[in-house]
Amino acid sequence: MHKITRTDTASPVVGVSNVHKSFGALKVLDGVSFDVNRGEVLVLIGRSGSGKSTALRCIDRFETIDSGEIVVCGHRVSGPKLDLRALRQDVGIVFQSYNLFPHLTIEENITLAPCSVKGISKVQAKEQARRVLAQVGLEDKLHQYPEQLSGGQQQRAAIARSLAMQPKVMLFDEVTSALDPELTGEVLKVIEALAADGMTMVMVTHEMGFARGIANRVVFMHRGKIHETGPAAILTSPATPELAQFVGTGL
Amino acid sequence: MNLNLDFAAILERWPAFLEGALLTFQLAFIATVLGTIIGVLGAIGRRSSYPVVARICGIYVEAIRNTPLLVQIFLVYFGLASLGLKFSAFTVAAAALTINVGAYTTEIIRAGFDAIPRGQIEAAEGLALSRAQIYWHVVMMPAIEKVYPALTSQFVLLMLASSVTSQISAEELTAVANYIQSDTYRAFETYILVALAYIVLSLIMRAVFWLLGLVIFPRRRRLGTPL
Ligand SMILES: Nc1ncnc2c1ncn2[C@@H]1O[C@H](COP(=O)(O)OP(=O)(O)OP(=O)(O)O)[C@@H](O)[C@H]1O
Ligand SMILES: [Mg+2]
Repeated sequence: MHKITRTDTASPVVGVSNVHKSFGALKVLDGVSFDVNRGEVLVLIGRSGSGKSTALRCIDRFETIDSGEIVVCGHRVSGPKLDLRALRQDVGIVFQSYNLFPHLTIEENITLAPCSVKGISKVQAKEQARRVLAQVGLEDKLHQYPEQLSGGQQQRAAIARSLAMQPKVMLFDEVTSALDPELTGEVLKVIEALAADGMTMVMVTHEMGFARGIANRVVFMHRGKIHETGPAAILTSPATPELAQFVGTGL
Repeated sequence: MNLNLDFAAILERWPAFLEGALLTFQLAFIATVLGTIIGVLGAIGRRSSYPVVARICGIYVEAIRNTPLLVQIFLVYFGLASLGLKFSAFTVAAAALTINVGAYTTEIIRAGFDAIPRGQIEAAEGLALSRAQIYWHVVMMPAIEKVYPALTSQFVLLMLASSVTSQISAEELTAVANYIQSDTYRAFETYILVALAYIVLSLIMRAVFWLLGLVIFPRRRRLGTPL
C-alpha cells in the first residue's frame, strides 16, 4: 500500500504515450503523448474534429486505443487486465451536457455512486453531498430536481457529483459550451477554485482567456497530432502559424 | 316498441356478481404483477448483447402481438391438457393473461429503455457504477416513469380483456353474467350491470395506479407534473 502511494507520487497522474486511434478509416489520434503531474492543469485546445474529446475519453476508457499506452493513477488503461471500475473511481469526468439523473434530487444524484460503489453509509454520503455542494456554491439546492436548476447550476451540480467520489484527477470536456456567458463564468469559477485546491485536471475548452489563466500546460491538437504544446504563454505568443490562426479566431 | 327493464331478479344475485368481480380483479392483479416482471426481463432480454436471447424475446413479443388473446388462452388450456397437466380454469386464465400482457409490457418498457439518452449511461459509467446498478438506477427507474401511463393503460385493457377467459369457464365477471342471464332471461339488464361493474373496476385500477405513481415517482409528486 505504502509503496504504491510512493510510486504514484513519482510517476505522472496521467501518462499518455504515442497513442493512435482511428474510427474506421478516419485517423483521429496520430501519435499523441502527454503527461499530467499531480496538481497540474492541462488544457486541450484545437479546432472542431481535431480529436480533443477522443483524447480525453481515452483516458477514462470511454474509447479504446489502437496502439500506444495510457496509464492513469497506476491503472494501465490500455492494458488487457484493466479494472475499469477501479479506474473510474480515481477519475472524475464531466461532460458538456451535464447528464444529471433527472428523476433523482441533486442530493440523490450525488450520493448514488458513493453509496452504491464505495458502500459508504447514507448519513456519511449526505454529509459529503452537503460539502461538495457547498464547494460549488449550491448548498441550497440539495433537495431540488435537476430540471429546477439553471444550466450553470446543473453543470456545477454535475461537478459536485464527480467530486463526491473523491477522484484523483478530473476530466472536463467543454463543460461550458452549452451555457451563455454569465452562466459560463460561474462554472469556470468553480473549476478555478478546484485548481487552486490542487486538483489534477485535464480539460477541453474553447474559453481562451480562461485557459490562459488556469493552464499549467496547453496542448494544441491539429489533425490528430499535438501540433504545439507549452505553458499558457503559447496562447499569447504561438510558435506555429496554425496555433496563431486558432487563437486569433478563438479570441 | 317499449323498453321493459327489470333489474330485480338480477340484483338478487349480487353475491355472484361480487364474486365474479373479485375473480376478475384477482386475474388482473396477478397478470399485472407477473406481467411487469416479465416485461422488465423481456425488455432487458431484447437489448441483450447475446443475439440468441434478444431473438427469443423478440419472437415471444411478435408471436403474442400477432395472435388473438382467445387463441392464446386455448393454446395454454389445451396445451397443458395434452401434456396431461390438470390446472383449474382460474390458473390457466391467469397464466394465459400473464403471457399475453408480458409481451405488451416488454415492448412498452423497451421503448422506455430506448428513450434513455446515451449520455446518462456514460455519466453513470464514469461514476464507476456497475452494469446492474446502472440498469436499476439510471435506466429502469426513469424508463418506467416515462412509460408509466402506457403501462397502466395496458393493464386496464388486460383487465377488460380478461372477460374472454369466460370461454374456458373461469368464473370471472363475464362468465357469471352469462350464467345469470341464461338463468333469468334478462340478458340486456345483466350486461348493463356487468358493463357498470367493469367501469367501476377500471376506475379502481386507475386510482390505484395513480396513487402508486405518486409513491414510486416522487419527482412527479413534488413537481406536480401529471403522469
Ligand atoms: N464514435 C465515433 N465514431 C466515429 N467517428 C467519431 C466518433 N467519435 C468521434 N468521431 C470523429 O472523430 C473526429 C474527432 O472527434 P472529437 O470528438 O475527438 O473532436 P473534438 O476535437 O472534440 O471536436 P469538437 O471541438 O467539435 O468537440 C471527428 O471527425 C469525429 O467525427
Ligand atoms: Mg469534443
